[in-house]
Amino acid sequence: MDDKTPILELKNVVSAYGRIQALKGISLKVYDGEIVSIIGANGAGKSTTLMTICNIVKAVSGDILYKGKRINGVGSDVLPAMGLCQVPEGRRIFPRLTVLENLDMGAFFRTDATGVKEDVERVFDLFPKLRERSRQLGGTLSGGEQQMLAMARALMSRPKVLLLDEPSMGLAPLLVKQIFDIVKEINSQGVTVVLVEQNANLALQAARRGYVLETGNVVMEDDAAKLLANPDIRKAYLGE
Amino acid sequence: MTIRESKKKWLACGVGLLWFLILLWPMLGITPDGLEFGNTLKVFGYVAVAALIIMLFYQVQQAGRLEAAERPLKAVGGAIQAAYEKTPTWMVLAVVFALAVIYPLLTGRYAHDVAIQVLVYVCLGLGLNIVIGLAGLLDLGYIAFYGVGAYTYALMSLHFGLSFWLCLPVSAFFAAIAGCIIGYPTLRMRGDYLAIVTLGFGEIVRIILNNWMALTNGPNGILSIPRPEIFGYSFRSLSSMYYVILGIAIVTIISVYRLNYSRIGRAWEAIREDETAAELMGVNTFLLKLLAYAMGATFAGFAGAFFAARMKFVGPESFTFLESAMVLAMVILGGMGSIPGVILGVLALVALPEVFRELELYRMLVFGGVMTLMMLVRPAGIWPAKRVGRRSEEAE
Amino acid sequence: MDFEFFIQQLINGITLGGVYALIALGYTMVYGIIQLINFAHGEFFAAGGYMGVILISYLASQGLHPYACLAIALVLAMGYCALLAMAVEQLAYKPLRNASRLAALLSALGMSIFLQNGLMLTQGVYDKAYPTEITSGGFHWGLISVSYMQIFIVALTASLLVGLNVLVFKTRIGRAMRATAQDKVMSALVGINSNRIIAVTFAIGAGLAAAAGIMVGLYYGSVSYTMGFVPGIKAFAAAVLGGIGNITGAMIGGLIIGMVEIFAAGYISGEYKDVFAFIILIGVLYFKPTGIMGENVDDTRV
Repeated sequence: MDDKTPILELKNVVSAYGRIQALKGISLKVYDGEIVSIIGANGAGKSTTLMTICNIVKAVSGDILYKGKRINGVGSDVLPAMGLCQVPEGRRIFPRLTVLENLDMGAFFRTDATGVKEDVERVFDLFPKLRERSRQLGGTLSGGEQQMLAMARALMSRPKVLLLDEPSMGLAPLLVKQIFDIVKEINSQGVTVVLVEQNANLALQAARRGYVLETGNVVMEDDAAKLLANPDIRKAYLGE
Repeated sequence: MTIRESKKKWLACGVGLLWFLILLWPMLGITPDGLEFGNTLKVFGYVAVAALIIMLFYQVQQAGRLEAAERPLKAVGGAIQAAYEKTPTWMVLAVVFALAVIYPLLTGRYAHDVAIQVLVYVCLGLGLNIVIGLAGLLDLGYIAFYGVGAYTYALMSLHFGLSFWLCLPVSAFFAAIAGCIIGYPTLRMRGDYLAIVTLGFGEIVRIILNNWMALTNGPNGILSIPRPEIFGYSFRSLSSMYYVILGIAIVTIISVYRLNYSRIGRAWEAIREDETAAELMGVNTFLLKLLAYAMGATFAGFAGAFFAARMKFVGPESFTFLESAMVLAMVILGGMGSIPGVILGVLALVALPEVFRELELYRMLVFGGVMTLMMLVRPAGIWPAKRVGRRSEEAE
Repeated sequence: MDFEFFIQQLINGITLGGVYALIALGYTMVYGIIQLINFAHGEFFAAGGYMGVILISYLASQGLHPYACLAIALVLAMGYCALLAMAVEQLAYKPLRNASRLAALLSALGMSIFLQNGLMLTQGVYDKAYPTEITSGGFHWGLISVSYMQIFIVALTASLLVGLNVLVFKTRIGRAMRATAQDKVMSALVGINSNRIIAVTFAIGAGLAAAAGIMVGLYYGSVSYTMGFVPGIKAFAAAVLGGIGNITGAMIGGLIIGMVEIFAAGYISGEYKDVFAFIILIGVLYFKPTGIMGENVDDTRV
């Protein structure tokens, strides 16, 4: 597998909020079709990594390669059209847009009205709850529904790579399982998924490979199964 | 700078100029007599040449070619600063004070007039500086307090024959009351609402001054207000009036300085930096903000009483929003929260336009442009205060 | 008699209120999207008024039918102000997007003074008269009179308001505007170029203000370079009254402020009519800071 070029690659990426360095040289590779989990404690730089990929946080140095092309300076608003889409932490649905309008915003750059309509139906099949709520304002949905809406909205752009930030945050265990099943389902349809999670157990079970972040550095990378079996990881992140 | 970046800059400059031309021509070129281009092109020509010169200068500077010229300038600047820092503060102050005292002996009537204006604005600027620079409350109706002070003295002296010296504290007191009246309902509002509401209050005061015929004589204003007197000596000449305002200004500077470094001053700064934190630490934010309004208004009241005595006339037209904006611009230009900064700002905005008297028409245009430009390139002012962080409401 | 006077005031109030509503929309849309009080907005309104009279005079001298003059002037003036607003935004506000709010506010204030004096320098200090013959005449019922001009103003205002509502609530660009106002980072992540959306917002707001400027010019018969200031504050009061960021609120707020002004002038005192708008503004902010319709601004801490 390693002889292929990765679809998304970070080479020694450094980024900072003002003077505070958040990423101190992150390198990671994501191959087409896989699920990669990034785990780590609070403040390890997981979310910053995703935000840096999407150019919301500017990379100070290092290269971000997507399909082999450097995308460091590319505007955040151009990336969805290139197939790189993020569901950020805290879901961030548009609270005063209806569910349908939220979905339409997900497909903002697309001009094929019929294709968009088909995709709305497709995500409604994936998340039947949303169909019932399609005329409701996003802000009136429950936490789990909002998470579904956020993911559905991202799918509307027909992403090649989906960056998921903490999809399980604040959800009941049953819902979390449901969300992870859908992540796997999305992945099986050919979407590469980068999964940032605090819930290391579930994340590593879903993923093929995993990265462990600590204070802005990658401290470990391996197959997810091996990470799950690693006693250090079990102790530090799985509470054993 | 790479070629690509500089190309981008030139392109932006070109697009900007073209845009400007599109905006300018309809205003100048379309007349009922037909379309006309000469005038537009003339104005556009000046602007374009100026823009190109600035761009060239910028490019050369970016390329580091100006270093030869910059180095000696910087060295001189550094030397002056070092000399300034070495000289004890009292010496600098003594020299400035001495110059201020002998100033009327060295200069003519016109210069006195300008100096008086400068000192009046110093009082106003420093007063506003308390409200906006220290306590961080944006007040766009500040000139209303100046008006209250001026009308208080005018009415008191005309109706009750009270002397200037007695009226001075009374004017300040009334202005402070006005400050509390305006402050009380507005202080719970958030930053930019406060700005618009104070603006509204300023307008209300002006409208009342303009329409309450029985009290203020409306738009005609109040005439023949007496000059100050002391032990039979009347301050008739301009130079004697200069000393009166010099005294008021010095009192203002000293009080503001003392306030700045007092417990109250620190509490104001705490409110400016983070209101919630200040409140949690036991600072009574509401009372202190009210106090900031009252103190700021007090100095405006002093200045207003003097203004009435100096002009021997007050009318509502002296207290328009533009005056508020002017004082505000002085504070901003000089550096919010910094006393020497505010004085510099006043000098820049009162004295410089006097020098370029022929360009009177363009004065306000340049003034507006400079205000925006300052915010873009140096939002902290010419002489920034040492202790200014971000205002609490800007934290995200 | 009293009833007829009341009806007359009501009609005048609707006319004036509609104009305030048009101006208020610009404030509320801009505030909703970048949380800035655009002080220069009143100047867009004044520039629109001037552009209207310039174009109407020119087109009339070319022998066009008065209604054609008016229609063309309206469209061109709206376009002109849209360009003006985009230039101001690009120059004075965009570089300050991440700066302090105070800096942006003062930059806006500077722009307002700059534009006002720019108008004075290019157009002169004296009022410029609108050709009144275009919309003279009207209906009379007893003591009530409704001029054609009032009908024109109300009809145009209504259609612009409806048009804006359709644009904001039914089209994709309107959805994108609302999305950007609600969450700029997220809207960028779904592919919305927020700078472009902000520019469009400024352009629309200024276009509406320009239409209002022409209507005020027609209504009062003249325009002056200082005309933007007081209506600007009143329109802002209307925007706050309706709940800033709330488009429907701004429309209702504008109508209320217009009504209050006309009725206060008619029944209480003409001299103090400007004071009432300010008192409403202060009262609303004191008792119900989110306006009657509720705010559309997420960060209430601002």
